[in-house]
Amino acid sequence: MKKFISLVLALIISLSATVVLSGCSSGYESEINVYNWGEYIADGSEDYVDVIDEFEKEYNIKVNYTTYETNEELYNILSSSNSSYDVVIPSDYMIEKLIKEDLLQKLDYSNIPNYDDVMDKFKGLSFDPNNEYSVPYQWGVVGIVYNKEMVKETPDSWEDLWNKDLAGSILQFNNSRDAYAIAMQLCGVNPTDFTKADIDKATAKLKEQKPLLKKYVMDQVFAEMENDQSAIAPYYAGDITTMMDNNENLGCALPKEGSNLYVDAMCVPKSAQNKEGAEKFINFMTSPEISKANSDYIAYATPVQGAYDLMDDEVKNNPLIYPTEEYLDKCYTFNDVDKDIYAYMQEQFVKLMS
Amino acid sequence: MKLRRPSLPYIAWMVVFTLIPILLIGFYAFTDSNGAFSLEAFGKAFGYMNVFANSLWIAFISTLICLVLAYPLGYIISRQKQSTQNILTMLIMIPMWMNFLLRIYAWVTLLQNNGPIDTMLSFIGIHTNLLGNRGAVILGMVYEYLPFMILPLYTVMSKIDNRLVEAAQDLGANKSEVMGKVIFPLSVPGIISGVTMVFVPSASTFLVSQYLGGTNDIMIGDVIDKIFWSDHNTGSAIALVLMVSIFAFLIILNFFGDEEAIS
Repeated sequence: MKKFISLVLALIISLSATVVLSGCSSGYESEINVYNWGEYIADGSEDYVDVIDEFEKEYNIKVNYTTYETNEELYNILSSSNSSYDVVIPSDYMIEKLIKEDLLQKLDYSNIPNYDDVMDKFKGLSFDPNNEYSVPYQWGVVGIVYNKEMVKETPDSWEDLWNKDLAGSILQFNNSRDAYAIAMQLCGVNPTDFTKADIDKATAKLKEQKPLLKKYVMDQVFAEMENDQSAIAPYYAGDITTMMDNNENLGCALPKEGSNLYVDAMCVPKSAQNKEGAEKFINFMTSPEISKANSDYIAYATPVQGAYDLMDDEVKNNPLIYPTEEYLDKCYTFNDVDKDIYAYMQEQFVKLMS
Repeated sequence: MKLRRPSLPYIAWMVVFTLIPILLIGFYAFTDSNGAFSLEAFGKAFGYMNVFANSLWIAFISTLICLVLAYPLGYIISRQKQSTQNILTMLIMIPMWMNFLLRIYAWVTLLQNNGPIDTMLSFIGIHTNLLGNRGAVILGMVYEYLPFMILPLYTVMSKIDNRLVEAAQDLGANKSEVMGKVIFPLSVPGIISGVTMVFVPSASTFLVSQYLGGTNDIMIGDVIDKIFWSDHNTGSAIALVLMVSIFAFLIILNFFGDEEAIS
């Protein structure tokens, strides 16, 4: 048996060696390192466009593509390691933080002509008020997904996540910022400007919800909702659409209180080695066809007017993906929270769960 | 002990990937966010005392169940002929080739409402939530770590000289006396390494409780995972307290056996 095990090990080692070696081949003019969210780009599976492949072919620039799971993971890599990335795609509040800590470079927008096609409402956002550092990639709002068989009345408020009739089948974010934002809205606290006392108020509200909850979830929400295991959950609109495609019992709603509008935008870190290639990549990603391809794949909304115009009417008229201007006015975008306040919120959230 | 040249790479490895990280954790744990000496992080870490207690309790129960299940199995395997032993140990190892998270996902599917197990139980009139409670977490742990208990037990037991068993029988020992006075004492080293290999990872694991547990089953590994991003110091202090309590546990365990679990 020992022989067999060593054989298996030898096989694994030689396989991984081949992978590493084959990664070295070149023939490209230059390289860029792109660091993006997991599952956040059209990758050529099924009938979708392989965006990275298209870029490599068109510009003869090799893309080393890696992914992260949270903004905080990205932040730790950028702030405390020597690795060099040319393009990163953080969310709103993280961009603000990265700008504050001088980790991003100013972009040369003359190299990104497609930026002109970005909708005006996604220019001059609070995290980059003078449009110097970022080009929006995708956006969306947080909505409510619910199971029509289990929830009798159509939800229309965050308060429905505190509905006692649904005790034991309600889900909540397992992520302090998103969970607190919902509770804060219900307590009349501004989720973009709060003190420790406001956090305590929201904690009390979340404590009220805890006995009614089934679980605190992130990605598990897909399995829970798609398999009829839970009745109602808050989640990101694009992902709700994916869930609804997989389970026709599901419905969606936007809370009347307004919601979180999140924007992920492409930036170039200070540590970038190939800014020119990075700007080409950003420009490419902002072209109508490519931005549409990404939106089709991840089901988030595009900030590019030309891409929006190419969308099917069914998508354009989906109020969950593209809410009305009137609704967007009620929404807020996360800002960078003072480190102390954030640590306090995180601590209270963990205490809540223990 | 004299150090020999071939051991140098291992020592270098240990220094870079074990010693330095531990020192860094120690440094963070005893400082505040400005790098000045402070015990504040420990004060905060002890705020999670109930989670510590929970995690150690879950780990303890899981280890106990693993031991009870694995001991007879290890013994049975060790008494088979060599080729059967090889096949059986192989069967125990095969599930470990699969990714740990996938196996936990599989349990989520098995245990969920209207899942296979729930459906079977509802035929005999039982219908409860199988997921989202402490029992499910312990089940997941036992499933995950059982091989780590079976293998050391089997290895030690298969090395027990059969002539010792025969000698005991010749001297008039019955089956339970052979077990209690020959097999069991000789298998203690296996028990100790099995308990170590199950208890230590299950006390510090994360994700299992997130997938199988409910809103109250958060474990200390999950707390470290969450707190560390926003507060390195408290995260490190919790990790250090966990390390020290596991170390204390191993020392206590060492009193029970001749062979050392830590060396």
